[in-house]
Amino acid sequence: MQVLTFTCALLVVAPLVLVFYHLVYSGIGAVSWDFFTKLPKPVGETGGGMANAIVGTFILLSIAALIGVPIGVLGGVYLSEYGSSKLNWWIRFWADVLNGVPSIIWGMVVYALVVLPMKGFSAWAGGIVLGMMMIPLIMRTTEEVLQLVPNGYREAALALGIAQWRTIVQIVVRTALKGIVTGVLLALARVAGETAPLLFTAFGNRFWNHNLSDPIAALPLQIFSYAISPYEDWHRQAWAGALVLLLLITAINVSVRVLTRDRFHK
Amino acid sequence: MTTGEKDFTPVAKAQPPRSAAAMPALTVKNLSVYFGTHQVLKNVSLAIRARAVTAVIGPSGCGKSTFLRSLNRMHELVPEARMEGEIRLFGQDIYAGNVEPVIVRRRVGMVFQKSNPFPTMSIADNVTVGLRLNGIRTRSVLAERTEHSLRMAALWDEVKDRLHAPAISLSGGQQQRLCIARALAVQPEVLLMDEPASALDPLATAKIEDLILELKKDFTIVIVTHNMQQAARMSDDTAFFYLGELVEFGATDKIFTSPTQKRTEDYVTGRFG
Repeated sequence: MQVLTFTCALLVVAPLVLVFYHLVYSGIGAVSWDFFTKLPKPVGETGGGMANAIVGTFILLSIAALIGVPIGVLGGVYLSEYGSSKLNWWIRFWADVLNGVPSIIWGMVVYALVVLPMKGFSAWAGGIVLGMMMIPLIMRTTEEVLQLVPNGYREAALALGIAQWRTIVQIVVRTALKGIVTGVLLALARVAGETAPLLFTAFGNRFWNHNLSDPIAALPLQIFSYAISPYEDWHRQAWAGALVLLLLITAINVSVRVLTRDRFHK
Repeated sequence: MTTGEKDFTPVAKAQPPRSAAAMPALTVKNLSVYFGTHQVLKNVSLAIRARAVTAVIGPSGCGKSTFLRSLNRMHELVPEARMEGEIRLFGQDIYAGNVEPVIVRRRVGMVFQKSNPFPTMSIADNVTVGLRLNGIRTRSVLAERTEHSLRMAALWDEVKDRLHAPAISLSGGQQQRLCIARALAVQPEVLLMDEPASALDPLATAKIEDLILELKKDFTIVIVTHNMQQAARMSDDTAFFYLGELVEFGATDKIFTSPTQKRTEDYVTGRFG
C-alpha cells in the first residue's frame, strides 16, 4: 500500500520536474540580455527578444489587479461580515461556478462586452478579462481568511464603541491581511499564464504598446504564436518565454510561501 | 461616525457625583429578550447600584449572559434578536430611538470570558484602540490614558518597559487585565464582565478579583460568574437567574445566607446547577 501511494505521489511530482527540466534545457540558451530588452525581429532575422511581451504581461496584470482586487476583496468582506446566509449561499454558489468557467469563455464575453463596442483589441480588454477572472478567486479566499478571524475580536472592538465599518477595516481585515494578500497573489499567478482569453482581447502586438486602447503583447500570447510558427529561432524564443513565465509564476508562489510562513508559527 | 472630541477629554470624565450614589446606575424594567421565537429573558426588572459590584449567577442557559449583553446592546449582534421593556443608564433610556449603540457601548464597557487582545497590535496600541478608532490622535492624551488605564488594571508595573511589545506576548492573566485596561481607556461608567476569570488559574483569578474590588470605587461593575464562591466573595448584590427569569435579587449576604426562594437556596447550596 505504501509503495503504491508513494508511486502515485511520485507520478504527481514527476511531470513538474520533467517540464521544468525540459524548459530549462530548451529555453536557457535563448535567455539573454537581448531577450529582456529587445523587440521581436521580423521574420527571417535572428535575434531579438520579448521585452514588449514581458512589459505587456505586467501591464495586463496591473490592470487586472486594479479591477479584481478591490471588487474581490470588498465582495469577500461582504460575504464574511454582512449579508444574509441565504443570499450569501447564492453568491458563493455563483462565484464557484464562475471559478470553473473555461477561460476561453471569459475571453468571448469580454470580446462581446469590450472589444466590439471599442471597435478593436486593446490592453484594456485584456486587463479586464484577467481582472474579471480574478474577482471570484479573490472573493472566496478573502471570505475564507476573514472567517478565520475569531469572533472575539469583532465583539471586543464593537464593545469599545467602535463603529462596525471601522471594526471591519481596522481590526478584522488587518488581522487577516496576510491571508488576503496571499489570495491576491495566488489569483495573479493563476491568471498570469492565461492565453485563451487574451487571444480575443489583448490580441498581441509585435511592437511596444503606446496606448492602452491598442493591442498589447503578453508572454503567453507570444509563446503561443512563436510555438506554432515554422521557424527554428522562434521556437527557441518560445521556450525561453515559457521559462521566464514559469519563473515569474514560481516567484509569486514563493513570495506567498514566505508571506504565510510565520502565520503558522504563531 | 461623528463623535466629538469632547467625549474623550483628557480630564477624567465626570462620574455621577457621590451624592447621586443613591441613584441606580442601571434600571431595568420588564425586560424580555427574544432570539427569533425563543424567549431568553422573561420580564426582568431590577436596579443595579452605582459603584458596587453586582453578580449575576445561575445555571448555564439561564439567560445571564444575554442579560449582561442587553445592558450595552451587544445582544443586537445576533440578527434575529429583539427586546421589550426598558433599560435606563443613569436615567437615560439606552434603547431610545435617537441613541446609537456605539455611544451606549462607550458608556457601558465589556470584558469577555476569553481574553481577546488584538494580535496585530502592541500592548500600548491595544489600550488606546478604542480612543484612536474614535478619532483621538493627540499623542500626549494617548500616552497619559495608556498609563492611567494600565495602572487602574494593575498591569502598569509589569509592562511599562515593553509597551510596544506584541500584546499576545503576555500571559493569559496579563492579557485579561490588558483587556480590562482597554475597556477602561474609553472611560466607561459601567463595566460588564462575562466570566472574566473562568479561563484563568487561581493566582491570576485572585488578581482579577482584587482588581474588581479596587475598580468598584470608581465604576459600576456587573459580573456574570459560574463560581458561587467568587460571587459571594466580591459582590455587593447578587441576581439569580433561572430559565430566563430573575428568581431573586438582593444583597449578596442575604442571597447566600437567607434566600427567600427555594430555588435560590437549592442553587447556592449546590443542590443543582
